[in-house]
Amino acid sequence: MSSGTLSTLEPVIADTWDVERIRADFPVLQQTVNGKPLVYLDNSASSQVPQVVIDRGSIYLEQEHSNIHRGVHYLSQKATTAYEGAREKVKRFINARDVRECIFVRGATEGINLVMHGYGRKFIGEGDEIIISAMEHHANIVPWQMLCEEKGARLRVIPMNDAGELLIDEYEGLLNERTKLVAVLHVSNALGTINPVKEMIAQAHKYGVPVLIDGAQAAPHMPVDVQDLDCDFYAFSGHKMFAPTGSGIVYGKLELLEKMNPFQGGGDMIKTVTFEKTTYADPPNRFEAGTPAIASQIGLGAAIDYLNSIGRERAAAYEAELLRYATERVSAIEGVRIIGTAKNKASVLSFVIDDIHPHDIGTILDQEGIAVRAGHHCAQPVMQRFNVPATARASFAFYNTREEIDVLARTIERVIEIFS
Amino acid sequence: MSELSELYQQVILDHNKKPRNFRKLKTANHTAEGFNPLCGDQLTVYLDLENGFVKDVGFEGSGCAISKAAASMMTQAVKGKTKDQAENLFNEFHSMVMGELNEETEENNLGNLKIFAGVREFPVRVKCATLPWHTLHAALNKQEQVSTE
Repeated sequence: MSSGTLSTLEPVIADTWDVERIRADFPVLQQTVNGKPLVYLDNSASSQVPQVVIDRGSIYLEQEHSNIHRGVHYLSQKATTAYEGAREKVKRFINARDVRECIFVRGATEGINLVMHGYGRKFIGEGDEIIISAMEHHANIVPWQMLCEEKGARLRVIPMNDAGELLIDEYEGLLNERTKLVAVLHVSNALGTINPVKEMIAQAHKYGVPVLIDGAQAAPHMPVDVQDLDCDFYAFSGHKMFAPTGSGIVYGKLELLEKMNPFQGGGDMIKTVTFEKTTYADPPNRFEAGTPAIASQIGLGAAIDYLNSIGRERAAAYEAELLRYATERVSAIEGVRIIGTAKNKASVLSFVIDDIHPHDIGTILDQEGIAVRAGHHCAQPVMQRFNVPATARASFAFYNTREEIDVLARTIERVIEIFS
Repeated sequence: MSELSELYQQVILDHNKKPRNFRKLKTANHTAEGFNPLCGDQLTVYLDLENGFVKDVGFEGSGCAISKAAASMMTQAVKGKTKDQAENLFNEFHSMVMGELNEETEENNLGNLKIFAGVREFPVRVKCATLPWHTLHAALNKQEQVSTE
């Protein structure tokens, strides 16, 4: 979605988006913190869960709970149907060709580690190169570093400019015949930058290089079409998109999944086991050893239904309007510097204040009921790039309001007052 | 905001702005580095320990107002003390911010360090206040690195 489209949508959306009706769907938002209404602006860390998702998990626990894929009895069939039904919803949500391409994982981190073990350890060797970017979350750095160390491969890093935008020319220069994988995030959790992943994937494919997209911050905030992107892997977490923790997906193209090694060994991922030899199940089961987080993954399916019911594009347009308003309000405060000023951004407003540490900002905001993240956001190289020890980060969802942003701005002014 | 003004008292804000003994000590014979990996706070404590006495002490690093002020006031408190006295202050300070020692009713040597009592109302900030002390403890005992995680 281009920013041009959004700006024409904005006035319409702000008027027609019934945020109070949406907020009523989220029980957590109804409470007070330190005597003040909760202002939840830590959605990039974990988003809140609507009542319909909580109810779906409860129905499973009250009426359907049993193990999946192995019982002939009534409850096991009910549980299996619900679990596989959630996978079907995921398939439509990301427009995968085949439901077997959607592997349930605990979250994006586990999804990336699965690809590292299943694909990386099999197909990447000494002297090979893996390209990541300067704005990656630790989840998309550390697994590849571990692989490089094990195999004698080399990690290459796409640099970014002062706005927090990747230098695409430099990226093209890094691609070569030794490149075996590109792993980049879709939306930066620390900066909010939306990367031009479709173009980046096309570039990599010219060299026959597969691309993994860390979509943890994108899936909750914009429509994702894996066929349109033509990505080879796409990982995201349920708990950042209004589902419970322990749910998540890594998508992989079927032809890649079929030639990959398993991730963990155990039950449910085999065809036959003898002490001499085990043959593995086909995707997706090959990658889902052991009993999964059934209630959470069913909850992910319910969260997808919820997102579809409120309209993903309209929610994204409303969030864009919130971000624009928050950027305007917060950057107008003297002494505040926004970290991450890319043209194309989603959901995230990272900032620092002269001589005031983000933890002190976070504590004072918390006293006013405002939840923000203060720290390095699991992206220490990003902090080093901008030469700050940490930032404070407000991140928005479609249930936040302009009034909440006003409270944020007023309290930031109060922080500056306390430290003046 | 009463708990907040308890936490961010003028003295603490002053030490944050103008930390005392904020320097690398050329004469240091004991040094330790402390990290809080959760929040990225980092500091180095330099000690000149002579005949069991803290002859001089300094620190460098980056962190929040609480950790910086705690480090600054710690250096003032331990200068001239014996190793045992410094360790004892560490224990009392730690007990106070953990809510295990009532600095007003129980005997202690905390003096103006009592100003950090308000930290115990903010459990996530306790590590900020104790990081300099853990690092001092490591330096006194010749450990080179300490982490609060």
